[in-house]
Amino acid sequence: MELNLSVDLGNGLRLKNPVLTASGTFGYGIEYADFIDLSRLGGFIVKGTTLNPREGNDAPRMVETPSGMINAVGLQNKGVDHFVKHIYPLIADCGSEVIVNVSGASIADYQAVAERLADLPAIHAIEVNISCPNVKAGGMAFGTSCQGAAEVTAAVRRSWARHLMVKLSPNVTDIAGIAAAVEDAGADSVSLINTLLAMHIDVERQRPSISTITGGLSGPAVRPIAVRMVWQVARRVKIPVVGLGGIVNADDALQFIMAGATAIQVGTANFINPAASVQIVDGISDYLRRHNISDINQLRSIIP
Amino acid sequence: MSKRIQDFKIVNKASAGGNCLLTLLPLGTPDLHDITPGQFVQVQALAPEVLLRRPISVCDVTPDGHLILMVKPIGNATRHIDSLAVGDTLNLVLPLGNGFDTSDMQGRRALLVGGGVGVAPLVFLARALTAAGASVDICIGGRSAADIAGIDSLFVPDAHLHFATDDGSAGHHGLVTSLNAFSADYHRIYCCGPTPMMKAVAASARNRGTDCFVSLENMMACGLGACLCCIEKTVRGNICVCTEGPVFNINQLLWN
Repeated sequence: MELNLSVDLGNGLRLKNPVLTASGTFGYGIEYADFIDLSRLGGFIVKGTTLNPREGNDAPRMVETPSGMINAVGLQNKGVDHFVKHIYPLIADCGSEVIVNVSGASIADYQAVAERLADLPAIHAIEVNISCPNVKAGGMAFGTSCQGAAEVTAAVRRSWARHLMVKLSPNVTDIAGIAAAVEDAGADSVSLINTLLAMHIDVERQRPSISTITGGLSGPAVRPIAVRMVWQVARRVKIPVVGLGGIVNADDALQFIMAGATAIQVGTANFINPAASVQIVDGISDYLRRHNISDINQLRSIIP
Repeated sequence: MSKRIQDFKIVNKASAGGNCLLTLLPLGTPDLHDITPGQFVQVQALAPEVLLRRPISVCDVTPDGHLILMVKPIGNATRHIDSLAVGDTLNLVLPLGNGFDTSDMQGRRALLVGGGVGVAPLVFLARALTAAGASVDICIGGRSAADIAGIDSLFVPDAHLHFATDDGSAGHHGLVTSLNAFSADYHRIYCCGPTPMMKAVAASARNRGTDCFVSLENMMACGLGACLCCIEKTVRGNICVCTEGPVFNINQLLWN
């Protein structure tokens, strides 16, 4: 049976399959080239890129929790100019969609990064991060109110004509309301969820386990929450939804698709199994064959 | 050869210094020649609630093609690894990290200093240095005799071993830095152990003007330079211990 795995996220972003890798969990793709053929992915989202270089937070930045991990990296990156000059030439021809995750401390920062990326013809989409819990300014501060989320989205929309994905924070009362606000402000798609604000205490040392006290929880521990939020958002908005949160295998990915996601992102699983993303592509194909379904798009939103 | 995910079969289990010592036979591509001293592997532990792999130093690659790992059973994951039996399979990601600089050591003296499970990478390093024609002194510290039991048999016979314990129950009574051999002249010093030990050794090396490398074990998630969790502050800013380390020249570190 001829299978169709390709999905259309709109405004020029068509993926050969629904599997992306999540920002901050896959470096610039190059780190994983020994383990997988990058061209087999629907695409990958490079780590959070800011206007100026950032050193990120102090160590310790990570603690493992039951079936999850809390991180507080704090958007360490060498800035958009470094990406444009030194990283883009290495990955522009990788045979897979390269999406850049964009972050900023102010709306002007987001716009400036988007404008620099507009010079790069192989970048067909950016993911605007209004949900990073680990930075003091910007990040999640924008993503936790409908007005803040809409303002950033509308501003970046004016600076970026290609596909605009907005990554949502789960640390809100009504994530579907935020999704609707960014849809109205011009987003082409929404991705969710970013990490859940969390905390762990080292009781022997009687202090927080990470330097910033709180951080972002990811991994299988958050998956049921993420599936629920994707389902809620998909019922509310018309633009495509990209689902992520604790996906480690094809069954997990299919939960998100059945809940309403057009595409999915593999995040923390890349740390555990560097080949997880491609194995999920294969696993989805196996599922479709087993269930005699020819097109992945037939499974989307089958949970009404 | 490139980094890979590979299954290994446990062919022997022993203990040394209170740690679990696993002898592993590679399945599939059996070649381990691309592993250098100081590199590490990421070990999968299929234990309840455990998510991440555990970074474990390569203790040795034996001439007959076995990989030796030394694991200190302290948490859910490492206790699970310790509970595995001969015949069980372990999944590893390897080889990771930069390894020790062993260049131009022929005919020269090297000092290796270790403590606790930190002695593990020194075993393979001593093998490589003696094979390269270096003279190797090894100073090993522990709290008591139990911490150093069985450690001597891990090292190549050409290496000169010196032991010190905090309580004097074996070897010299005191810290490794108070061993006579510690103060001799060396071309290069290598150290892996608890951070206070590494800092003391680094301070001594700086005073003596001797080249010194230490192996760090910051908390890691991916081991591949992707998550940026294991960073160390260096003269070049925050860099990943997993890819730019775990071995650092002390001149790179902000330890003063």
